[in-house]
Amino acid sequence: MSPAATDFRALETTNRRQTVVLVAVMMTILVALGFLLDCWAGSVAIVNGRLVGFPVLTVAALAFGTVQALTSFYAGASLVLMSVHAHPLSPDSIEHKTVLDVISEMAIASRLPVPAGYVIDDPSPNAFATGRDPHHSALCVTQGLIDQMDREELQGVIGHEMSHIADYDIRTMMMVAVMVGGIAMLSDFVFRMMFFTGGRGGRGGRGGSSDRGDNGGGALLAVAVIVLAAVAPIIAQLVAMAVSRQREYLADASSVEFTRNPRALLRALEKIAQVESPLKEGTAGTAHLFIVNPREGLKDDDEGFFDNLLSTHPPLNKRIERLRAMAGAAQAAAQIPQT
Amino acid sequence: MTSVVILVLVLAIAGWIASAYNSLVSLRNQVANAWRQIDVQLKRRHDLIPNLVEAVKGYMQFERETLTQVVEARAKAVSAPDQGSRMAAETQLTTGLGKLLAVMENYPQLKADENVLKLQEELTTTENQISFARQAYNDVVLALNTRVETFPSNLIANNFGFHAAEYFKGGPEDQAVPKVNLSMSTPSEPGASGAPHA
Repeated sequence: MSPAATDFRALETTNRRQTVVLVAVMMTILVALGFLLDCWAGSVAIVNGRLVGFPVLTVAALAFGTVQALTSFYAGASLVLMSVHAHPLSPDSIEHKTVLDVISEMAIASRLPVPAGYVIDDPSPNAFATGRDPHHSALCVTQGLIDQMDREELQGVIGHEMSHIADYDIRTMMMVAVMVGGIAMLSDFVFRMMFFTGGRGGRGGRGGSSDRGDNGGGALLAVAVIVLAAVAPIIAQLVAMAVSRQREYLADASSVEFTRNPRALLRALEKIAQVESPLKEGTAGTAHLFIVNPREGLKDDDEGFFDNLLSTHPPLNKRIERLRAMAGAAQAAAQIPQT
Repeated sequence: MTSVVILVLVLAIAGWIASAYNSLVSLRNQVANAWRQIDVQLKRRHDLIPNLVEAVKGYMQFERETLTQVVEARAKAVSAPDQGSRMAAETQLTTGLGKLLAVMENYPQLKADENVLKLQEELTTTENQISFARQAYNDVVLALNTRVETFPSNLIANNFGFHAAEYFKGGPEDQAVPKVNLSMSTPSEPGASGAPHA
């Protein structure tokens, strides 16, 4: 989609714009499906060019999705941490203290409050961030990450996670999830109603006091609703995955913004690309939060067009490519000594 | 009808003026805060140094000169009368500390001492945090300066006395890698890793 940009600011702008476009597409689908469904069900109608009635079904779907999302939003961080068996990093161990220090360093660079630090006892190198806003966030690493990365690489990975917090990615993905859920629910309504009304369309229900008289229009409406109801959930899922991938690219670029050192994250991802064994703790519900999706396999990541469409993360080799482009451009700048 | 339109326009412009002014104030405050954050880190470093010197003194009798340099630079920084001499002292301290951290690699017995390791980590992170605090300061200055200089917010800025702020510029001493005798050590560790001064 975008050329090999070497400037992290340009990359960030492009990514944010693309996210907005994708979310707008999703909202359009949601509103369109909801409106058509409510028309078909008779809860809204267009009379003399004005909209009458109340879009009950659309609102119901959105309300349900919102309640679901809000629950996970507020309880979210602690639930996620519990589900992966994370425990807090302890400043008593020099190893853990180093990680806590790196987190503080990245918090300063990103001008955010310091998130709580956690660790998972797993030898596979990975990390994730969770929490509804920068003041209620947590950052979790695996023991494998601590063991295998040097300080610079840790900065890169933690910088990436901090940028998820800084960009409210967790919140964005939640909004996206609400819409995907809403679309799925509307689609469900359509097929249930078809089942109950035998495919005629539910005109007799709410407010359908008079027949508008255009049966041809009714049939067309029915077809439109059914087609949209069938494809909308799939499209919504694809859009949600696309948004997730955009945010991952954005987080990579922001990591470079915070560390001003593309090699940091680049070397970390190159190391992770060598790892064979997937993270054991990555359940279906949390897999998308990690820096590299632990369930989608790491080696030979570029599996093909359709596999990539359904992936929450961009292929690892593409991410490494973009970082290399940034590193090449920064070659002339300072050499970073290692600690 | 036209009076309504005019009223709406006036309100819109007034609203824009207020919001432009407020965002300039916010940015100016962020710049001041970012500067203070650098100070916080610099003071932290002052507090750490006596402990580190105490802890390593016993092991490093032959590095008298390096240790003295650090202690003296710190004393100068703490007691500096004005900003200029303070900044110069802080830069000297950075160089001295870098040298000390590098030279500590020559003494493997230091690695066995947990206190020394802890202090080393404290110092490394403090150097990094100073570095990132300066970077963060420059980032906010960039935001403020852009707002002050671009149209149309520059109209508000000029009328209400907002000025571009100065970037933090590291001196040439900041960029220098301390000279370490490579024949005595294996990986040369100039000390803190962190962002270049952006």
